[in-house]
Amino acid sequence: MFERRLFFHVDWLLLAAILATAAIGIAMIYSTTYVTLPDGSGHAGPQVRTQVYALIIGLVALVICLTVDYRMLAEHSLVLYGGLLLLLLFVLVKGSTQMGAQRWIPLGPFNLQPSEFGRMTVALILAMYFGENRRGARNTSDLAIGGMFTVVPLLLIAKQPDLGTAVTLLPVFLGVAYLAGLRVKLLGVIALVAVLIAPVAWQFALKDYQKNRITTFLDPEKDPRGDGYQQIQARITVGSGGLRGKGFLGGTQGQYKFLPVAHNDFIFSVLAEEQGFLGVLVVLGLYLFVIVRSLEAARLSKDRVGAYLVGGIIAGFSFQVIYNVAMSAGLAPVKGITLPLMSYGGSSIIASLASFGLILNVRMRRFTN
Amino acid sequence: MSNTTPINPDDRRHLAFRLSVIQYVVVGAFSLLAVGFWVFQVAQHQKFQVMAENNHTRRLPLPAPRGQLVDRYGTILVDNQNTYNIALVREQTKNLDETLQLLAEATGVSEDALRETIARRRREPSYRPIVLIENASFAQVAAVRVRQWELPGIIDQRVPARKYPGSDLAAHLFGYVSEISETQLARTEYAGIEPGTMIGQAGVEQAYNKLLMGADGERTVVVNSVGREIHEVDKAKRDPLEGRRLQLTIDADVQKAIEDGFNASGFNGAAVVLDPRNGEVLGFTSRPAYDPNAFAGGIDRATWAALNTDDLKPLQNRALQGRYSPGSTFKMAVGLAGLEEGVINPSFSVFCAGGANFYGRRFACWKKGGHGTVDLRHAIEQSCDVYFYTVGNMLGVDRIHKWATLFGLGVKSNIDLPNELQGLVPSTEWKEKNTKEKKWYAGETISVAIGQGQVSVTPVSLAVYTATLANGGTRVTPHLLKAVDEGNGWKTMPTPEPQSKVDVSMEKLQAIRDGMWLVVNGGSGTARRAAIPGKDVCGKTGTAQVISNQGRAAARTTKNLRDHGMFTFFAPRDNPEIAGVVFLEHGIHSANAASVARHVLATYFAKKDGQPLPPPPTTEDLKLDLSDPLARRAAAAATGDHN
Repeated sequence: MFERRLFFHVDWLLLAAILATAAIGIAMIYSTTYVTLPDGSGHAGPQVRTQVYALIIGLVALVICLTVDYRMLAEHSLVLYGGLLLLLLFVLVKGSTQMGAQRWIPLGPFNLQPSEFGRMTVALILAMYFGENRRGARNTSDLAIGGMFTVVPLLLIAKQPDLGTAVTLLPVFLGVAYLAGLRVKLLGVIALVAVLIAPVAWQFALKDYQKNRITTFLDPEKDPRGDGYQQIQARITVGSGGLRGKGFLGGTQGQYKFLPVAHNDFIFSVLAEEQGFLGVLVVLGLYLFVIVRSLEAARLSKDRVGAYLVGGIIAGFSFQVIYNVAMSAGLAPVKGITLPLMSYGGSSIIASLASFGLILNVRMRRFTN
Repeated sequence: MSNTTPINPDDRRHLAFRLSVIQYVVVGAFSLLAVGFWVFQVAQHQKFQVMAENNHTRRLPLPAPRGQLVDRYGTILVDNQNTYNIALVREQTKNLDETLQLLAEATGVSEDALRETIARRRREPSYRPIVLIENASFAQVAAVRVRQWELPGIIDQRVPARKYPGSDLAAHLFGYVSEISETQLARTEYAGIEPGTMIGQAGVEQAYNKLLMGADGERTVVVNSVGREIHEVDKAKRDPLEGRRLQLTIDADVQKAIEDGFNASGFNGAAVVLDPRNGEVLGFTSRPAYDPNAFAGGIDRATWAALNTDDLKPLQNRALQGRYSPGSTFKMAVGLAGLEEGVINPSFSVFCAGGANFYGRRFACWKKGGHGTVDLRHAIEQSCDVYFYTVGNMLGVDRIHKWATLFGLGVKSNIDLPNELQGLVPSTEWKEKNTKEKKWYAGETISVAIGQGQVSVTPVSLAVYTATLANGGTRVTPHLLKAVDEGNGWKTMPTPEPQSKVDVSMEKLQAIRDGMWLVVNGGSGTARRAAIPGKDVCGKTGTAQVISNQGRAAARTTKNLRDHGMFTFFAPRDNPEIAGVVFLEHGIHSANAASVARHVLATYFAKKDGQPLPPPPTTEDLKLDLSDPLARRAAAAATGDHN
């Protein structure tokens, strides 16, 4: 089923940009986890090796997602979706608990985090649902069904609790729905409802620590030792980097752990500290290239399913990048949203690469029938 | 495989448009992010740079050891020793309450005391360590180190602390050091000194604080987010500069002799011993004393409170701040005034019948039976009151005032120690200005003539007075600093200028000195026990009543109302080289003071002559006279006999 000519239609430039970004991510993980020994020598943390292995597995996943025709995957998206829900339920019942949340399924040496695969699965089923629907997303009832597809896994993930990852499903839905013809007026209504629901959610749905994170964001100095700490430290980390940065392994904020778990959610802060504003521009440029190039794939797509699939994936991806980068400079409330391709996390990098496999898949098959 | 629906042209245009919208939104968001990073990383870089720097570097003080104090022969008097502090760096704590509770448990120090210290220093920057436990025991330091992971922000620091010889050696002379107080911080003389610094609070420590203090060094360390030290920044290290070594004029053996004498006597009081030729202080004490070591490592509240509320006032430096009637030691001033003013000559004689009448009132001599006819020399020898009543009456108070002042009584000695108080030798002018009564009555002069009445002097001024008599009229400035070592050897300090110098006729002065020689060496001398063969010790006893006979009869207690006894001395008679005073508070008899002085003089001369030093005296050696004449006087007063 993989015809040789398809090989020539692979978007090598996009793939190169993705791998370059992931490589920079590994370099940053190396730097933040570097341990200096008393005798002056040192070594990187075990996370680097894990991330490299994950990257290799991710490349395998990418090749698989590239090889299998996305239309076939879309046709079976309901099965995949059902699988996702089962995994999420399994996590809630039997998953392993780390840092107060139940997100992982232990798989030998690895822990699988099913929620990371939620975006691409939801993107697939939504693309299929709206793409094969003549009316697109103009009809409110269709929209409601699409919404249901999104909300069910969203709630399951939020229950873990992992509100950050759960929320990333919303831009996937909005991206697909928007491309599928969601009326702008309706978008306005959704926004309005969101604004109206916010105080209610504040009162009943959010946990205290979540509320704290938001109030702290508005006034970090209120609690500089507690919840405001990360935000203040994030700004110091970024700001102290300056134009050219402190150099590889030269960061003090990440190295001395002023920024907690920097290799995870705050990897971009470390980049900003060590590589400076110039490094920030380079990486932001890479991400922008990846996004624009992916949108190009959607534009070129032979069918609506492909376009919507790419649109959904890239909407989620863009949201994550923008939110995480803003957060890494203390410009958004601290929330567990990883930076795709760069943050430490096996499931995250595997899911990201698999998603890009789908995008490359759509572009590659733009001429086939 | 190809069963999906291709897009029709309309849909494709629509799709392309919406994809462009998404693209513009993303580009817009990225642009905003780039601007945001530009603001932090380029526009506000400096500010964050400093914050990051403060985040991971700590500047820790390296306390400078204070300079040593050595005696005139180089014997170390005050040294330093290493002690440990346990301190808190507030910015490194996560949960202060928990930390303090745990620290209190680990060290056995009350949590309230810890909190109090923190509250007192709350306005300081949070990175500066606050010392919670000074002079921590080895067990406390070990307990803290074992729990260092549970006690973020708690550190132990090695600091040099003062080591004094102990409470029975010159505590008031050395003074003590303690943390600078908030009120002191506000004073200009302490400008530039950081809170928590140890400064001299009394004695030499205070007087020469600037020289002794040195300059604290500093080291910069890189720490991680829990305050654990990663490494030290070598190039930022500044070594502490040790304080200057000071050589004092004190002779450790003379000092010890004084203290031994007091210990054997069991009395409190003060003693000052000088070299009359230049004012160098050879020995200096005030009793009761305190242990300055208690302050060196941070004094606890209970000890401090006890020192402050003690009726015996151990914190008072009696040598400088105690003001007492000089009693008969004042008589040389009166005699000298008579001679110098031409009122009498050395052979002027008075008949003492045990008392005399002046201005309609009878003034008794201490010797009920009277001294018979005495001249100046013998009046001094036997301390005849009637003789000096007569001379004083002839002189009038102002001329007594003039000569007493010229010889150092009633004025400050300006010794190089803090908080000296001024005594009083009254004059008509003084009475005019300072009393309601204003007018001086001639009858008051009679009491003044034997050092009673309003006359009050400090022991140090008595020592200067005796030295001035010894050296022939030069009122030397008593001083303690002999030399300073700035790090390149001893540099001798110039002798301070005398406070005044008066040309007295040597012939006349010799009569006074002869009298003082007779006090010790004469057949009827009042201090014969101070004699040292071949050393021609001269001196004068003095007794000061603490309470009048009548008052004594009325009072219930006897203990604190006993007379003060004192003995001023110099030796040898010709070319004197040592002079001073021993003052025994409630010492009952001046002869007891003479016994203490004898040990001091014997030690001095033994050392000078290369002889073995006399051993510390026992109480028996001093032959103390503890009979209480007041009891007799009181009994007499009670039966209506008014002497």
